[in-house]
Amino acid sequence: MSFGDWIGQLENWIFAILAVGTLSGAFLVVHSRNVIHSALGLVLTLGSSAGLFLMLGAEFVAWTLVMVYIGAVIVLFLFGIMITRAPLGYESDLSHPMSVKVTAAIVSGSMFALIGWAFLDAFGSVEFPVAEGPTRTADIGISMFTNYVIPFEVMSFLLLAALVGGIVLARQDPEEVDE
Amino acid sequence: MSFAVLLTVKVLAVLGLMLGGALVVIYAELKVGAHMQNRIGPYFAGGRFGWAQPFADALKFMQKEDLVPDGADDRVYKLAPYVVLMGTIGVFVVLPLSPRFVARDLDLGAFYALAISSLTTLGVLMAGWSSNNKYSLIGGLRAAAQLIAYELPLVLAVVAVAIQAGTLSISGIIEAQAAPAFSIGELNVALPYILTGQIIGFAIFVVASLAELSRIPFDMPIAESELTMGFVTEYSSIRFAMFFLAEYAGMVSMSALATAFYLGGYQLPGLSATAVEVLGPVIFISKVFLLSFLFIWLRWTLPRFREDQLQSLAWRWLIPAALLNIAITATFKVVF
Repeated sequence: MSFGDWIGQLENWIFAILAVGTLSGAFLVVHSRNVIHSALGLVLTLGSSAGLFLMLGAEFVAWTLVMVYIGAVIVLFLFGIMITRAPLGYESDLSHPMSVKVTAAIVSGSMFALIGWAFLDAFGSVEFPVAEGPTRTADIGISMFTNYVIPFEVMSFLLLAALVGGIVLARQDPEEVDE
Repeated sequence: MSFAVLLTVKVLAVLGLMLGGALVVIYAELKVGAHMQNRIGPYFAGGRFGWAQPFADALKFMQKEDLVPDGADDRVYKLAPYVVLMGTIGVFVVLPLSPRFVARDLDLGAFYALAISSLTTLGVLMAGWSSNNKYSLIGGLRAAAQLIAYELPLVLAVVAVAIQAGTLSISGIIEAQAAPAFSIGELNVALPYILTGQIIGFAIFVVASLAELSRIPFDMPIAESELTMGFVTEYSSIRFAMFFLAEYAGMVSMSALATAFYLGGYQLPGLSATAVEVLGPVIFISKVFLLSFLFIWLRWTLPRFREDQLQSLAWRWLIPAALLNIAITATFKVVF
C-alpha cells in the first residue's frame, strides 16, 4: 500500500493521532521534571492505548484500561504523591547524570528490541482475522470461566495474597505503637 | 443518513440532554431549596417564577475574568475542568430514553458509564493540586479519598444488577425489568428491580452516588466553613461554571443510571410496548427528575458528615453490604 492510499483512510488518521498521543505521553513520563506531570503523561499514554484497543474492537479491554488504570491506579499515584510532597514547578533533583540516562536508554532499548523480536518471531507471518464489530463481553466472560478458569483462579489467589501481604506490612497493632 | 450527519445529530442530542437536564436541576435546586427554608428563591429573572435564573447565572459567569492564580501550574489548571466535564458528558452517550432513542447502545454500557465517570476523580485532583492553594489541595485530596472509597460500593451495587439482568448493556438491563416477575392467572406483572430484590442495592447506589457527587451530606471536599470552596476555590468565570455544570449534570446522569438500573428505565408496569415506544422519554425523564428531587431534598435536610464518619460508612458498612447483596443475588440467580 502506498503512502497516498494509507493517508486517504480515516482510520489511519485516528491511529496516527492515538500513536502520537501514546508516544508523547510516554516521553513526558520519563522526561518531565515534575512528578505530577509524569503521572499525567501516563494518563495520556493509557488513554491513547485504550483508544487503540477500541480501534481493534476490544471494547472490554479498552474500558477496563480506563477504569482500572486511569480511574484507580493513576488516581492513587497522584493521591500518594500529593499527600507526601508535590511542589509546583520544576525540581532539579529529579534529573539523573548522563551515565545513568545512557544506561537506562540501553536497557529499555534492548528490552523493546527483545519484546519486538519475540512478537515478530512468533506472530510475524500470521494474519489475524479482524472481528466484525466489537467483541461481545459475554464471550470474554464465558471463555474466562471455561477455557481459562485455572489461570483466572490463580490470578485471583495471587491478588488476595498481595492484599493480605499489603495489610500485614502496613498495619501496626496498637500495642506495638505504644512501645 | 450519512455517518457524519448522524454523528452531528447524536453529539448535539447528547449535549442538549446534558445541558437541558443540568439547567432544570440547577433551577430546581434554587427553587426547592428556597421553599424548604421558607424563602421564595429566584423571583425576578425571566418575568415569572424566576425561570431564567440559571441562564442569567451562566451569562454572568461568562462575563467574569478568567483568572489563573500566581504560581499555579498553568496548563494543568486550565485542563482540569475539561477532564471533569468529560467524565460527566461521557455517561450521557449510553443513556437510553426509549428503546430507540439512545446515542449508542454499547454492549457493556453499564461498565462504560462507570469507567468514564471515574475520570472526574482525576480532574478534581488536577484542579486541587494545580491551584497553588492549600485549601484547594486539601479539598482535592479529600475529594479523591472520598471518590475512591465510594466508587467501590457503587460498582459493586451495579455488579448485582448485572448478575440479575444477565447483561451489562443498559438497554438490556431495562428490558430485563420488563420480563414478568410473577403472574396472576393470565396477567403477567413486570416489576422494576427495586421491587424484585435490589432494594438494598438501590439504597447503596443512591448513597454512593451522593458521595460521588460530593453533595451534602458528603460535601467534606468543598466544606465552605473550613476549606472556602475546596478544589474550586481559585476557579472563576467559565471554568468555575464548568465545575458547577459538571456537578449538576452529574446529578442528572447518576439519577439516570439509578433509574435505568433499579426503577425500570423507560418502562412503567402495565404499559404496552407500543406505548413505551412513544412515552418512553417522558417516563424516563420524570423518573430522573424524581430522583434528582430526592438528592436536593437530602441536601437541604441533612447536616454534613465528618471525614472519619464518611470513610467508615463506606468501608465498614456499604462495601460489606454490597458484597452480601452480590452473594444473595447470585444465589437467587442460580437457585431460581
